[in-house]
Amino acid sequence: MNASDRNIPDRLRSPFERRLRSWESLLLLVAVAIFVANSLASPYFLDAWNLSDATFNFTEKAMIAFAMALLIISGEIDLSVAAIIALASTAMGAAVQFGVPTPGLVLVGLAVGLACGAFNGLLVTRVGLPSIVVTIGTLSLFRGISYIVLGDQAYRGYPPEFAFFGQGYVWWVISFELMMFALLALAFGILLHGTNFGRAVYAIGNNATGALFSGIRVARVKFILFLLTGLMSGVAAICLTSRLGSTRPSIAFAWELEIVTMVVLGGVSILGGSGSIPGVVIAAVVMGLVTFGLGLLNVPGIVMSIVIGALLISVIALPRLWTGRGQS
Amino acid sequence: MSAPASPDIAPLLSLQGITKEFPGVRALSNVSLNIYPGRVTALVGENGAGKSTVVKILTGIYQPNAGDILVEGQPTLFATPQSAEGAGVTAIHQETVLFDQLSVAENIFLGHAPRDRFGLIDIGKMADSARRILAEIGARIDPSHKLQDLGTANKHLVAIARALSIDARVVIMDEPTAALSHKEIEELYDLVEELKAQGKAILFISHKFEEIFRIADFYTVYRDGRMVGEGPIAEITEPELVKLMVGRDVSQIFPERVHNIGDEILRVEGFEHPTEFAEIEFTLRKGEILGFYGLVGAGRSEFMQALFGVTRPSGGSVEIEGAPISIGSPADAVANGIVYVPEDRGRQGAIGALPIFQNVTLPSLAQTSRHGFLRLAEEFRRAREYTERLDLRAASLDTNVGDLSGGNQQKVVIAKWLATKPKIIILDEPTKGIDIGSKAAVHAFMAELAAQGLAVIMVSSEIPEVLGMCDRVIVMREGRMAAELTGADLRPETLIHHAAGIREANA
Repeated sequence: MNASDRNIPDRLRSPFERRLRSWESLLLLVAVAIFVANSLASPYFLDAWNLSDATFNFTEKAMIAFAMALLIISGEIDLSVAAIIALASTAMGAAVQFGVPTPGLVLVGLAVGLACGAFNGLLVTRVGLPSIVVTIGTLSLFRGISYIVLGDQAYRGYPPEFAFFGQGYVWWVISFELMMFALLALAFGILLHGTNFGRAVYAIGNNATGALFSGIRVARVKFILFLLTGLMSGVAAICLTSRLGSTRPSIAFAWELEIVTMVVLGGVSILGGSGSIPGVVIAAVVMGLVTFGLGLLNVPGIVMSIVIGALLISVIALPRLWTGRGQS
Repeated sequence: MSAPASPDIAPLLSLQGITKEFPGVRALSNVSLNIYPGRVTALVGENGAGKSTVVKILTGIYQPNAGDILVEGQPTLFATPQSAEGAGVTAIHQETVLFDQLSVAENIFLGHAPRDRFGLIDIGKMADSARRILAEIGARIDPSHKLQDLGTANKHLVAIARALSIDARVVIMDEPTAALSHKEIEELYDLVEELKAQGKAILFISHKFEEIFRIADFYTVYRDGRMVGEGPIAEITEPELVKLMVGRDVSQIFPERVHNIGDEILRVEGFEHPTEFAEIEFTLRKGEILGFYGLVGAGRSEFMQALFGVTRPSGGSVEIEGAPISIGSPADAVANGIVYVPEDRGRQGAIGALPIFQNVTLPSLAQTSRHGFLRLAEEFRRAREYTERLDLRAASLDTNVGDLSGGNQQKVVIAKWLATKPKIIILDEPTKGIDIGSKAAVHAFMAELAAQGLAVIMVSSEIPEVLGMCDRVIVMREGRMAAELTGADLRPETLIHHAAGIREANA
């Protein structure tokens, strides 16, 4: 009855035990299984350079997925990310026509990303519109501008140094993009799991009213998340444009769906409130391995999207059926 | 042992040897409960005693790990909420699940609407039946209105009408009077009598002893997940019942106050809002407990939320320790030392899906972290320090707050604010819907905080609580201050008169 004779323990289960039972562990098993299946299915799979090439299937999308994960955990979403890539790429292509050098192009890409993110964020946090509606609108708007500027033309003529971001290697088979992927995974992992800001993101996603009543600046946090997502779209635009060496208005078309898929496959609740960056990292690798493995087997692209879709549904549904049975 | 000192009638529904376990917690262990036709059985116990769990078992939301549910002596499985409803069991919850966007009639008949010969909902018949049932319980509500247009009391009546429309034999009322005014409570008692006369078995859960002794025929007491007593209400006294409930004597209800009133800390002038309140002016001193009394809808919570920065007032000024401050958000209020324990714990007070320690440290992360990076050990230390001061009961500090009982959730919310070392704490109906033990703990804590020099504002609709705790009381009516009472003026009659505007209006 008295406080003195009772001691509330910090935890009942250790963090390690919790991690062992988590979604991420399950996903890691899936990744290993796909890796083994791939290496059995194709003799070309287990080759350092082939594997390095395979990472380009996910690095650019994953950069955005990290920021998107935070946004979805907070209860919002940004469907305009691929359109931001198109607009940022178009802006960089236009800058090339005026002779802007590589550092200037990078600034243009990042600035357009930030500006688009700020626009989305203002409409959601200031005007109070639902983010899914806002970003479906800006999806059409941003890409529409690219189509008006470019029509059926393409921008080319990027300076040779600009190619480094999408085609350069920092060490042996480690590409610049792969390094960025790793660094950003680390940065976003720390941001979400190790800072006050990340804690606020979880609190808002679970109960935005409760977070507001606890003194969290909810609108400010959400605005920053839209800015970050825009910024990452700008980074991805630089890498992708550099890798392709040209800009067409259809660049990165429909990537927003693959990015959201990556986030949800990584265990982030589409309703907000839960999820982790390690989960998204593993999900990115899984999607990259599946795409690459099927590519080695000469499976056409349309079949790949069917496989990714089936993978998403089954990986999401299986544990739910499992625990659903366990609970009742 | 399971045979109660019972009446000449057989129970309509009884639970025998029910045990329910959750990870790390045994919520119920080997409890029984008997509910008789035409009688009211009061289920009494502190928060966390297992009352809510039993209700969830009776309504098919939880399945027990062991034990039997007998309906008229026959073992029955309540595997789903539908099967419980099929057996004639219906519950009116503390916060009954109704649908704001549907009409009153649709709410009453959701899931069992009358059908026409094409299998479509017979709207005319549904409206007629709804009108008839509403008339039966004396509710003047138009069944075609949307639920969101009704007040709390009328929503409650809709919930009761819904219960009756199912042709229930067992009606569970879980704190039905918590949100009702005096007159509405009287009407509810009449309704309970009416249901008794119809032969329905009623399970009545309440923290208010006067109403238990007024309307119940039998009592059953739970404590810490066990049944500790049952019998006819006529054979027990209130002190005995309280003793059974808490397992000890509770002699004094309100704590002794150390009156240590210091300098003025808060001055509010000309506070107004276009629709909710106007002309709010008062001062508050260190160590003082200032009460805000009024009827439901008098604008007290609305004013407090504006003071806390949740909503924007259209005019007025706030000074803390003589310095004018501007509050544009709760974050500003917290930074200025004003914190608010809201009435709506589940939605505004706590974040149910996050663990206790994270709830406690949420507003004070700036102190527990270093350069914006979390320090978990520091968070656990701080959460332990403040929750233990409040005698929190939980399996561990990383238990989700949503899994705690109402009283313990309230302790988490209060602990969260104390950890910010506030100057002014606003408590909005701090003991609503929590048990007598937690209530006494909250009261004692308020007295202790005031003695340490914290300025306390308490919004309460319970007259004994207001009189027992406050140094000074502001009565609000229709968004304005109707009176400011101290000393000898602090009497139940004066509070009620000013709140209802019966006489001495505009004092």
